[in-house]
Amino acid sequence: MSSTDLANLSDKLMLTTVVLYIIAMVAYAADLGFGGRRRTADAVAEKKVLATVGGGEGGGDESAPAPAAAVEQAGGRDWGRFAVLLNVLGWAAHLGVLITRGLAASHWPWANMYEFLTAIAFAAVTAYLVCLWRFQARFLGAFVMVAVVMALGGANIWLYQEVGPVRPALNSYWIAIHVSAAIIATGAFTVAGVATILYLLKAPREARGAVGDGFWAHLPSAGNLDRLALRVTMFAFPIWTAAIIMGAIWADEAWGRYWGWDPKEIWSFITWIAYAAYLHARATAGWRGRRAAVLSLVAFACLLFNFFGVNYMFQGLHTYAAPAPTAVVETVANV
Amino acid sequence: MAKTPENVETAARTAAEETGDEAATAAPAGRQAAAETPRPKGIGLVGWLRWGWRQLTTMRTALILLFLVALGSVPGSILPQRGQAPEKVAEYFEKHKTLAPWLDKLSLFDVFAAPWFAAIYILLFVSLAGCVLPRAVKHYRAMRARPPAAPRNLGRLPQHARHETDASPEEVLAEARALLRERRFRVDAGDGSVAAEKGYLGETGNLLFHLALLALLFALGVGNLFGYRGDILVTEGKTFANSLSHYDQFKPGRWFDTDGLAPFSLALDDFKATYETREGPNKGQATDYDARMRFRETPDGPEKTYHLKVNHPLSVGGAKVYLLNHGYAPVFTVRDAKGNIAFQDAVPFLPMEQVNYTSEGVIKAPDAEPEQLAFYAVLWPTAVPAKKGDQIESGWPAPLRPVVSIASFKGDVGLDSGTPQSVYKLEGLGKSLKMVKDGRQLLRPGQTFKLPEGAGSITFDGVREWTTLSVNHDPGRMPALIAAILAVVGVVASFMVRRRRVWVRAAAGDDGRTVVEVGGLTLGHPTPEFDEIVAALRGGEERGPDGSGAGETAPDTESKE
Repeated sequence: MSSTDLANLSDKLMLTTVVLYIIAMVAYAADLGFGGRRRTADAVAEKKVLATVGGGEGGGDESAPAPAAAVEQAGGRDWGRFAVLLNVLGWAAHLGVLITRGLAASHWPWANMYEFLTAIAFAAVTAYLVCLWRFQARFLGAFVMVAVVMALGGANIWLYQEVGPVRPALNSYWIAIHVSAAIIATGAFTVAGVATILYLLKAPREARGAVGDGFWAHLPSAGNLDRLALRVTMFAFPIWTAAIIMGAIWADEAWGRYWGWDPKEIWSFITWIAYAAYLHARATAGWRGRRAAVLSLVAFACLLFNFFGVNYMFQGLHTYAAPAPTAVVETVANV
Repeated sequence: MAKTPENVETAARTAAEETGDEAATAAPAGRQAAAETPRPKGIGLVGWLRWGWRQLTTMRTALILLFLVALGSVPGSILPQRGQAPEKVAEYFEKHKTLAPWLDKLSLFDVFAAPWFAAIYILLFVSLAGCVLPRAVKHYRAMRARPPAAPRNLGRLPQHARHETDASPEEVLAEARALLRERRFRVDAGDGSVAAEKGYLGETGNLLFHLALLALLFALGVGNLFGYRGDILVTEGKTFANSLSHYDQFKPGRWFDTDGLAPFSLALDDFKATYETREGPNKGQATDYDARMRFRETPDGPEKTYHLKVNHPLSVGGAKVYLLNHGYAPVFTVRDAKGNIAFQDAVPFLPMEQVNYTSEGVIKAPDAEPEQLAFYAVLWPTAVPAKKGDQIESGWPAPLRPVVSIASFKGDVGLDSGTPQSVYKLEGLGKSLKMVKDGRQLLRPGQTFKLPEGAGSITFDGVREWTTLSVNHDPGRMPALIAAILAVVGVVASFMVRRRRVWVRAAAGDDGRTVVEVGGLTLGHPTPEFDEIVAALRGGEERGPDGSGAGETAPDTESKE
């Protein structure tokens, strides 16, 4: 296939991905809203499973048997499974978008903002699917899909760029390492952010005893949401650290300094500090819970600003506009 | 630390252990004890100092300082910075005449060199050192100490199990010791019990991470103090020798000895930029820059060649040379009224726009007689008719059809006064330098323009290219890299490895069978390891889901999805 064909295929796959994600989002929402008949079973299962996320709950759920299978049969329509199926298909199409785009351009498919955001969305979905597999965190699905559909929509509407050659400054194997690490970390931080928002919404209801038996009851307990957010952040934080360091190594190769307080560097650093503060706060009495969660969201806001704000508001080396001329002023004495 | 109430620390520590889940990132005990430290009253200077030190090294202070570092960096991204773009700072001063001096008083144009910023991060690092160093000592001792003896009631631990067996207590304990040793626990035998502990790597990693950050800051400082950085513009066919006078810009570190510049030299033979030629929105975008250089490490050393590219710097004499920018340097020959050559050289022009490299520059011929000559010129690398009007614009960044427009001046160029002036600007326009009437002309390579009234002539000989090179020497580079890698290794180890303790107690029960009790305490999330140990101790006996504590494995649930 020619480069143009591949690029067209990539665009078509993108459309497929978005459609699949939107349907998955609706199905996840239906699962959260109407999955009532299976609620009891899920609640038990979630309690048990999420204990693995956090543990330390004490031995409270020792006696939980496995009634899930029995209730499952009585469940009728299973929106949740349908959602997961569509989600996985969407994920495969999403992977296809990236691969065809990369083949069409014959470089790593994250050389501009459109490709970068597409890859971040892919990482977020992957992180969610991992959480689904490891911690049965299906409740996150609807929210992650909302974030991802918004990201992909924005990428297509405002950031779309045709397949093009890579700039000399980006023509390095470091793009595969540094940008991939940033993408993976951002995807995981997004999932942690979703869990944290849910925690902040659920915790006060739980404290008031106002959970009821609808939507809110369907989410795991606030404590488990909080721990899930922590675990995912603990996964992403070292990767983000590594991304910054590899960025510094690359900057040393490309620009002749490993740290120059470029706006992107500043905001990566601020994001790193904010997440470090969150991780420390989680371990400090008096900061746990709500305050730490707010810190985590502040950190996530820094991450988002680092992605959007820095690239569009500031002139820096990461803007990938034409390089600014260096004013070389010679002090002339003898010509 | 002498007066630190040990029991308070232990209490805080036990509290942290009991809450369990956060332990991978858990605060050091000393940092958590702050809330319980009574406010001093009449304790004298030493007491106040001690109190202040303790406050500084609390986690809360560290968190606030971390937050301040983040907040303090924000203006560095919003306002132009002298270190990065001095010309933009000047522009800002022009635009905001009243605000700018105030911001300047707060060092907001030099945030990362500002005293207040330094104060924050030095306090943070002192706080960090004050916490991490004593903790490292403690950790070292703990690693060498015996595992703590079994608590009286193992049933109250987060993980516990109990079973009965026909084996004698001694056999059970011997088996437990063997089993735990095999699992790489450090094992200590007590009276009727076994205590075991492992997972010190987590805390080691945590300490390593923080110490590596201290080392990283140190390396950055060393690089700033002992290194240097300079920019030079080199035109094709010219040579650069690494000495102070050749630099256009030179920033030495405070303690850099300028006599210590490595005596290498570089010559730019050829610069080639490649552009995307395929139709589409990216047409004309640069895809590759290649500067063919010759260099010598020392004046007598052998000459080597190198293709300098972006992302492909040249290491020479302990310094690194980078390709930064490029532009055009048209070559001119200026003859004065007497017909003598007053000037002949390539003149670097600065790009006026970055797409097709329309560039401008000035030619100064102070040697022209009787009157000095100067020219302002615009170069279009590929001159094409503009879409509107009868003007010219550049249609392509490469020099396919170069054309210059010349405006001529005569009078005093102003170089004789000795005041330094820019090579890209004419000074004294309209005053000492008068425009030559009918002195405008378009020239193609090889064409000559004769100034009116026989004042002289200028020939456009052709176009060369220039590159700006950045040369830097940073002795902190490798130490910083090593520290950074250690920091990542440390943080990963601290997140992955949890310290855990296991106690086994065996005693004869009432019915003559041996009662075996196993208790586990894990910093952080409990692991399936405990259940495995319990199962192994039970040997061939049934292993039900009961008694597994808050264990991790939940196979029946996993099969559900």
